[in-house]
Amino acid sequence: MHTNGLARRLLVVTAASATVVLALSACASGGTSGDAATKRGPITIWYSNNETEIAWGKQMVEAWNAENPDEKVKAQEIPAGKSSEEVIGAAITAGNAPCLVFNTAPVAVPQFEKQGGLVDLSSFEDGTAYIEERSGATAEQYQSADGKYFQMPWKSNPVMIFYNKDMFTAAGLDAENPQLATYDEFLATSRTLVESGAAPNAIYPAPTSQFFQSWFDFYPLYAAETGGTQLIEDGESTFNDENGEKVAEFWKTLYAEGLAGKEQYQGDSFADGQAAMSIVGPWAVSVYKDAVNWGAVPVPTSDGIAAEETYTFSDAKNVGMFTACENQATAWDVLKFATSEEQDGQLLDLTGQMPLRQDLPTVYSEYFAANPAYEQFGDQASRMVEVPNVSSSVAAWQAFRDAYTKAVITGEGDIPAALDSAAEKINTLIAKP
Amino acid sequence: MAFATKSRTAAGRSTTPPGGGSPRRKRPLLGKNPFGLLLSAPYLIFVLAVFAYPLVFAFWMSLHDYFFAAPGADVDRPFVGLDNFREVLADPAIIRSFGNVGIFLLINVPLTVVLSLVLATALNKAVRFRTFLRVAYYVPYVTASVAVVGVWIFLFSGNGLVNQILGPLAPDPAWLINEDWAMPTIAIFVTWKGLGFFILLYLAALQNVSEELYEAASTDGAGKIRSFFSVTVPGVRPATVLVLLLSTVTGANLFTEPYLLTGGGGPNGASSSPVLMMYQRGIEQGSPDTAAAIGVILVIGVLILAFIQRKLAGGDES
Repeated sequence: MHTNGLARRLLVVTAASATVVLALSACASGGTSGDAATKRGPITIWYSNNETEIAWGKQMVEAWNAENPDEKVKAQEIPAGKSSEEVIGAAITAGNAPCLVFNTAPVAVPQFEKQGGLVDLSSFEDGTAYIEERSGATAEQYQSADGKYFQMPWKSNPVMIFYNKDMFTAAGLDAENPQLATYDEFLATSRTLVESGAAPNAIYPAPTSQFFQSWFDFYPLYAAETGGTQLIEDGESTFNDENGEKVAEFWKTLYAEGLAGKEQYQGDSFADGQAAMSIVGPWAVSVYKDAVNWGAVPVPTSDGIAAEETYTFSDAKNVGMFTACENQATAWDVLKFATSEEQDGQLLDLTGQMPLRQDLPTVYSEYFAANPAYEQFGDQASRMVEVPNVSSSVAAWQAFRDAYTKAVITGEGDIPAALDSAAEKINTLIAKP
Repeated sequence: MAFATKSRTAAGRSTTPPGGGSPRRKRPLLGKNPFGLLLSAPYLIFVLAVFAYPLVFAFWMSLHDYFFAAPGADVDRPFVGLDNFREVLADPAIIRSFGNVGIFLLINVPLTVVLSLVLATALNKAVRFRTFLRVAYYVPYVTASVAVVGVWIFLFSGNGLVNQILGPLAPDPAWLINEDWAMPTIAIFVTWKGLGFFILLYLAALQNVSEELYEAASTDGAGKIRSFFSVTVPGVRPATVLVLLLSTVTGANLFTEPYLLTGGGGPNGASSSPVLMMYQRGIEQGSPDTAAAIGVILVIGVLILAFIQRKLAGGDES
């Protein structure tokens, strides 16, 4: 009898608690109304938390709000988290994502799309036309498999080889004409830098296991070696071929000869003088301005090709519009305003990052004339490769990274076999619905 | 005792005629003390919402093709039976992560128990600098891992202090990028970091060991070491069970150290842990169903370990 009473009370409490939990869950659920696409009103946007992008974001919002008092934009930095993608993913699930996020990583877009979190920008009457007119042929890399745009191509940071001119000079190398175009030249230069004692390491890409690290070692060189091939094309891995093997062998040699650091470095190895070279994009120009006497050249290829033909990784960040947005018509207008020629010019001026706009050097010729350090990045922006827009994109990159760290960084096993194995795993992953 | 229970039961039966002839006094729905229920409700709700509900939900997720979706999104989450478990158990990287955490526990748990008990005993006896020493051991515990990881990377790097002291005995490759040493290094780091908390548990337990027992042992001719094994160790057995359990549970949940200290479970997965794999699969790669399956296996594993520890360490006596 006592047990029955206790059970009954527990049942009551459980039922009450479950009701509370369900009620709380229901409160958390938002959802979008059917006519959100045509509604106008105030919206919220998130932008990146770095100093220069905050400055750009603030002036953009100020300019918009001055002209649109009835459709005000409230802006804030992306809330802190392990990564922006995790924060955005959580916000989608909770139903409280903002209307626009000006820092949406292309690698995360397929996942956000699957979650039902992103608005198809092609669904706006002028959506596809606006995107393709602004970004030209580059826009195609940002299309989903069905040809829709769930992201607005926004800005890129085409990566190049930054080198420390003072270290090159100290090693007895020609700092104004560095020999870095072919793999043989690059390796010879690296050996001279390290053997002369001018630099502890020739180059120091992060040797860690995170999925995105391959964007700053293997992928730019693979893009250059193949003349602009993505890691995955037409639903199949591409890298388990002669080109992929050449790139992997090149990096393996750098690690095996102690020219590239194998240990995780806490900080910026290039700025700290731990490496003579680095693979970074134009965002670094302002960062290294006073720290390093730097120069930049395109990433190397096995035989060396002209700079104006060399491809690289884009390191782009785009803008996503989220389904939790109640005033999507306003959000679309803000998105067009923020990616207008004027605002793209502001972005270039304030951040040094390249708007994903066709004919960049022509449109902003005055800027590039006044800032020659950025000129080659402006030119490089027309030859970039993006991460493939496929399902399980992050899992595919992790599979690649796992194989790469073992075969290349640690130097265990055979490179062709490792690439074949990774390709097979990735093909299986992306074949999943 | 058994007889008394039987008698009570028999007596109880005799008061209620077959068929329920006499009407039973109805108990109030919320029991005799509804106010007590009200007072305990916040904690019950907390347990249900923060522990029970997620645990049941995780189990449910592990049996479905589940992914996080926006509220109102039209998504299909079919029941897939044990498919997620089959996928997890067929993945060498995940199996290896369980093996890694096994190595971690084998080093971390005994080291934690022995060091914290020895140090707590020493601290209990220490007269000078007692407070300073207690604080010194406790500081790493309250310092965020993120803050101390940088120091350890510096200490255990190829050119770090540890290798400089070891000279030719230093491992090559260095500790954190060495497949044989990465996990033991993490185990030592975690032991060092958590020691302060476990010392505190033992210090509290030592206050309950009667001084008379030590005096009696001394009278019987026991030295300090004999007293330690014959008086201290049995005297703090309940605390030992707690330390074993807590260090196993927190150790099985290892995440921050492989995430930061070895850059994502490197080298080549030698320091990956099941929780790191859950993070990769569930959060980074958008497969919370697979992550939930890993979690369910981990919970079962920890429960089995806890049961074994309880049996071996005499938890019943506590």
